[in-house]
Amino acid sequence: MPMIPVFLNIDEERVVLDLQEARGNLDCSQGEAVLDFSSVRRIDSNALQAMEGFARIADEKAVKIVLRGVNVDVYKVLKLVKLAHRFTFVN
Amino acid sequence: MIASEAVKERVQIPLNPESLSAERIGYLDGLVHQARTAAAVFTQFNQEDVDRIVKAMVLAGLEQAQHLARLAVEETKLGVMEDKVIKNMVASEFVYNYVKDKRTVGIIRNLPERNLVEMAEPIGVLFSLTPITNPTSTVLFKCIMAIKTRNAVVFSPHPKAWHCCAEAVRIMYETALKHGAPEGVFTCLESPTLPDNAYLMKHKDVGLIDATGGPGMVKAAYSSGKPALGVGPGNTPVYLEKTADLNTAVVDIIISKTFDNGTICASEQTVVIDDEIYDEVLKKFADLGAHICSGKETKLLERAVIDPQTGFMQPMAVGQKATDIARFVGLSVKSSTKLLIAPIQGVGREHPLSVEKLFPVLAVYRAKSVGEALRVCVDVNHAGGLGHTAVIFSRNEDVIRKFGNVINAGRIIVNSPGSVGALGSVYNDLAPTFSFGCGTGGGNSTTDNVNVFHYLNVKRVARRTQNHMWFRVPNQIYFNMNAVENLRQFPSLSTIIVTNPSLERIGHVDIVRRHICPKTHVHVQVIPDAEPEVKVILQGVEALNFYKADQIIALGGGSVIDAAKIMKLKYESPEADLEYLAAPFLDLRKRVIQYPTEKTNRARLIAISTTSGTGSEITPFAVLIDKDLGRKVTLADYSLTPDVAIVDPQFVMSMPKSLTADTGVDCLTHALEAGVSTFASAYTDSNAMQAIRLVFKYLPIAYKHPNDEEARCMMHNAACIAAMAFSNASVGLNHALAHAFGARFGVAHGRANALMLPHVIAYNASVPTKFMPSPYTKGYVAHKKYATVADLLGLGGHSVDEKVKNLIAATAQLLDELEFPQSIAELGISKKEFEQAVPDLVKIAVDDPSWRSNPRMPLMSEMAELFWKAYEGRGTAKAADSLQEQTK
Repeated sequence: MPMIPVFLNIDEERVVLDLQEARGNLDCSQGEAVLDFSSVRRIDSNALQAMEGFARIADEKAVKIVLRGVNVDVYKVLKLVKLAHRFTFVN
Repeated sequence: MIASEAVKERVQIPLNPESLSAERIGYLDGLVHQARTAAAVFTQFNQEDVDRIVKAMVLAGLEQAQHLARLAVEETKLGVMEDKVIKNMVASEFVYNYVKDKRTVGIIRNLPERNLVEMAEPIGVLFSLTPITNPTSTVLFKCIMAIKTRNAVVFSPHPKAWHCCAEAVRIMYETALKHGAPEGVFTCLESPTLPDNAYLMKHKDVGLIDATGGPGMVKAAYSSGKPALGVGPGNTPVYLEKTADLNTAVVDIIISKTFDNGTICASEQTVVIDDEIYDEVLKKFADLGAHICSGKETKLLERAVIDPQTGFMQPMAVGQKATDIARFVGLSVKSSTKLLIAPIQGVGREHPLSVEKLFPVLAVYRAKSVGEALRVCVDVNHAGGLGHTAVIFSRNEDVIRKFGNVINAGRIIVNSPGSVGALGSVYNDLAPTFSFGCGTGGGNSTTDNVNVFHYLNVKRVARRTQNHMWFRVPNQIYFNMNAVENLRQFPSLSTIIVTNPSLERIGHVDIVRRHICPKTHVHVQVIPDAEPEVKVILQGVEALNFYKADQIIALGGGSVIDAAKIMKLKYESPEADLEYLAAPFLDLRKRVIQYPTEKTNRARLIAISTTSGTGSEITPFAVLIDKDLGRKVTLADYSLTPDVAIVDPQFVMSMPKSLTADTGVDCLTHALEAGVSTFASAYTDSNAMQAIRLVFKYLPIAYKHPNDEEARCMMHNAACIAAMAFSNASVGLNHALAHAFGARFGVAHGRANALMLPHVIAYNASVPTKFMPSPYTKGYVAHKKYATVADLLGLGGHSVDEKVKNLIAATAQLLDELEFPQSIAELGISKKEFEQAVPDLVKIAVDDPSWRSNPRMPLMSEMAELFWKAYEGRGTAKAADSLQEQTK
């Protein structure tokens, strides 16, 4: 059966809320959720905490999280807090 | 009096994290995790973000300076409230003034002249220990440093100063947060313990330990295996020299030693005073509120404030007022007493007051001479003060310089107070700090006043630089038939002609004589027809001196011209040590030794070559034999280059066939090797290519028809042109192999070159096992340059690979035409003999500097392989097929 991924745009001003929304959609993601970070230039501590929680739940539900359009500054932050390996990155 | 913990840790043994509970570890991990997240978020901030937050923090620090000072004094019972206010303000305002315009984000320094850019990379999480003596000011300082450099900090204040430090951290954190700093950027340990510190010092996510405190803490920091800025105690010697402005000196010392009751570790500890001014100085101290202790009082004092067991100061005295200390000791002093001054007679355990005393007790020593004063200062410096701070009051620059030489201190403060002076930016231009680096003398990694750049990783973006290159040849080269006539234009009173017996015999010397300026005294120095020995050189120099020569004409082949170059060197600079000047080097511009530039005599060197190969008439090289050492000495320097070269083919018309072939192939090898050299340039390439073209066209003719004037002339020019190339681009592996082989088996240089040449072309044209580092070339180009040669010679071929193969074939054909042996075996050298020789040949070739500009770095095994290919013969020379890939 073909997988139907969930697609969500993440807004820099409401990363935490968007991730909460995404969390609610994980059950119908059928194995993959794609979050578009193209408009996120910076990420703060709360957003990181939300991403860590989101990654944990995705793991539990065996959903692959794909982050699209992550800029290299945000990517470096994810590396520094050792979160990068929990996501798949695409351009 | 209170029992301070400031120095207790001196005797405490390393910190042990084993006793921590799981809950405590979870708590500590949580702090670091929070800091790590903040530090990660912080990496996204730009310089403007950071500067905005720093400014707000500084203003908050100034606003709260008095509040924090009061808290510090109330909690620690150390120091002086007013002074602590000043410290807090210095830690805010002065530090801000120093750092406000410093770039700490992104590009922090651009060095276009070096093609370098320096960029900042934050450290991440700092674990910062702060002392009891300067608690809040140190916290303010470290918070400002951290934000300016985008780091997060976990603070562990001294337990006896925890509340005031926690308050300082809170104020800084809330201000920073309000102005946009990441959450969790500062945290402060609740109820810190030594095991907590031990655990955090080794925490995997802590990037740097920033330990300001006692030696035990500093040592623990450095022992943790983490990068650390550990700055600890001192013992500041002061030399009050007789030329000093005594009024200034006495006031400065009182200011410094009483500042915050002497708690700054840079404060004065022992003042060494010249005998001539001793009494006057003590009187001035007394007049300004110091109590001068009698011998008996000094004994009482030392027993009370110095621990007789450890020899260190008693904690209970740290940061206390002079009157309180006096009362405790039982001294009767005026209520206005600021400072207790105790005369001592030496330094060390027998003189307890000679150690560090972080309270207003000052030792003084009467010195009978400058020498004695400096020795005592050195003793104090070595009694716990290495690397820290020293002070001198003097107007005598020699004494100040001497003091600076003999004292090991990161800060040598001149004519100003030690403690406030060392803090920086108040009395001098030192960087403002609350952490004094003490260098290796104090077990620290720096002697600096710690500031922003110690909290950054500096990344250097180094762009490729184009080193200067050169093209140097004699400024006068006369060529073509009868060019020797140009000798007339060089006036000389006394000329020496250096030549061989054979050239004199066949009349060449007479030809030269005819063209020398009239009225010139001419002496002919005949030297043996072989590579010159030291003895021959010295005889020549003797003649030059005897005849007071102002001109040397070298008439001969490479050996004669080389001899004349060295004679000139020794004549002009008699002190020149040939063995020393022959020291090895890799890059001429960076060589260790320099050739002499001061000259006792001066003589023009005119080189007239009588062979068409070595190019010695224009090269900066000379070889001589040192029989005592049993080896060749190669000299290389552009100062050896002849002043004038005369390339007149009339002197080569009678060259024998074999010499024509040998020297001609030497010339070809020079040109081919210079062409692919790592030092090749457009300037050398043009000469190398032209020389190759001339050799391929005219060498066979000159060989077969020795009287063909045009061929002789062109070959003579080719040798000189090839020399222009290789004297600037150097040669390569072919020469290294040929030198080794030729010397071992007595084979002429050109012939040895010929045996190696096709194999070395094939070797250089294939994909290297090991590339030669070469800043001058882009990519590997040797095969392409050989292909260019093939094109120049019209050898045909569609691909680079084909062209290289055609060049190898054409070279082999040329060597056949010149009737060179096909192989080393053909010389009659048995396989067994050669087999025995190869390891030595390789060793000698490795030591030969010629290959260092070869495009491909030869491995020893590859050198051996090349020797064997040369043994087997020219037919084995083939370019590797794998080259085709690279060419595409």
